[in-house]
Amino acid sequence: VTDIAWIDNALTAARPQAIGALLRYFRNLDTAEEAFQEACLRALKSWPQNGPPRDAAAWLIMVGRNVAIDQVRRARKQEALPEEDKISDLGDAESELAERLDGQHYRDDILRLLFICCHPDLPATQQIALALRVVSGLTVKQIARAFLVSDSAMEQRITRAKARVADASVPFETPGAVDRSERLAAVAAMIYLVFNEGYSANSGEAQARAPLCDEAIRLVRLLLRLFPTEPEIMGLAALMLLQSSRAPARFDADGAIVLLEDQNRALWDRQMIAEGLALIDKAVRHRRRGPYQVQAAIAAMHARAAKAEETDWSHIDQLYGALEQIQPSPVVTLNRAVAVSKVRGPAAALEMIDPLAGQLSGYFYFFGVKGGLLLQLGRTDEARVAFDRAIALAGTAAEAAHIRMHLDRLMKPGAPIAVAKAAH
Amino acid sequence: MSFVFNKTGEISVLYAILCYHDEDVTCSWSKEHDDAVLAKLGVVQEKLARQGRLGPVARLLPTTAATTLRKSQDPPLIIDGPFAETKEQLLGFYVVDCENLEAALDVARDLGAANPGGSYEIRPVGVFRPGSLPA
Repeated sequence: VTDIAWIDNALTAARPQAIGALLRYFRNLDTAEEAFQEACLRALKSWPQNGPPRDAAAWLIMVGRNVAIDQVRRARKQEALPEEDKISDLGDAESELAERLDGQHYRDDILRLLFICCHPDLPATQQIALALRVVSGLTVKQIARAFLVSDSAMEQRITRAKARVADASVPFETPGAVDRSERLAAVAAMIYLVFNEGYSANSGEAQARAPLCDEAIRLVRLLLRLFPTEPEIMGLAALMLLQSSRAPARFDADGAIVLLEDQNRALWDRQMIAEGLALIDKAVRHRRRGPYQVQAAIAAMHARAAKAEETDWSHIDQLYGALEQIQPSPVVTLNRAVAVSKVRGPAAALEMIDPLAGQLSGYFYFFGVKGGLLLQLGRTDEARVAFDRAIALAGTAAEAAHIRMHLDRLMKPGAPIAVAKAAH
Repeated sequence: MSFVFNKTGEISVLYAILCYHDEDVTCSWSKEHDDAVLAKLGVVQEKLARQGRLGPVARLLPTTAATTLRKSQDPPLIIDGPFAETKEQLLGFYVVDCENLEAALDVARDLGAANPGGSYEIRPVGVFRPGSLPA
């Protein structure tokens, strides 16, 4: 590890805390980012000679703050009329410096920074891009590559997001308990979006997008260190770790989707599974069930099964039942139907999903599951219709190819019958 | 102290080497960087193992997966997160095979009943190598 790599890691690690604090001083995202950037440049000059500071984040906050104040003062001298309110703000910042660097504010600083990125005015894609740029510090180029868009398109997306955030009012006072928990929920949802953006890729894109999953896991660990007793944050961390543990087994050598049941479980990442299971165990102790915890518990049922045949489907059915109560949605019911088909057979599952037809008429996975169930019941003509519909709705080539495989088997009499399942 | 007679018949001492680092930094490592670090450490470990000097090696999972059992009170208090007090010192550790966190907490409670006071931090182990030291 070279000096520069070490410094680079330290700067990345300190980034959320430093930008969060600078944002509190300057109340402007661009100013905070520029101040941090300048502090990093000075760190690159100073640290190799003087050695790393004991607290990298505090060093960066102090230097960044001084640099930005200098710049404002210099600008003030050149301006005919000083911006009085802005200057007095900075005065306050200076006098409270000692108090502010004691770490008490860090939790709310980081939460605020994340919260700004998931402002409700921003569409999901802008939230994710903004968080990756501002909080994680990925370059525009890196983010563009992960989203498979051009650098200039991503630059534009981030600029737009920043403009919207600048117009929106974000409270800077220390949040109360209710506000804090609302912010936390919004931030958790945004982090899960980042994860899914990385995870729901097809094989061709998986490698380029994998950093999004890593980044989401890093952010949720950060959140969990700030809020160590929140069971839903434990649940979210567990959910992402358990899903991520299967990444090496999700596609075959040709890039085709490998269903959960057919995956080579030896390829699953045991460390991620161990961490995920430990987090669920911790969350359960709080006896405050929430959607992330239940989804993580479902993922854990798969992780605990050494072989697909050993999966405890009836427990999974119960967990989906719990999820239906906490967070009712046709997609949850559809997932539950897959578990029901294992426990009570395809007819019961089909009966369960029939009422969803209207709400899920545009959903690829609905027709995939339906086709699979019909196939199991020997209703091949109806299965073919459902699979055709699924192919028409497929979002990726891999999804379409997967359904076509079922259709191909239908054409061959006596071919093994498989049920369409979620490509987890 | 635990003594071991080395190959030349001299007495040697078992040392525990405890690893500390900023988790914000290590959790920011890319997979490639992490692999590279482990590979370099592996070279050092391999040399020690060949000399028959390496005992168990464990890499712990992040502190976010930790639970702490404070046994200075009865019944012990269970808290989320790692051991965070600075007045107490690390005195030793166990590695126990447990089905889940509850099972690990049961073990910690039994140990705590035998030796009250202080705390146990319960942390899942990510990587474990048993080593090659004689018992």
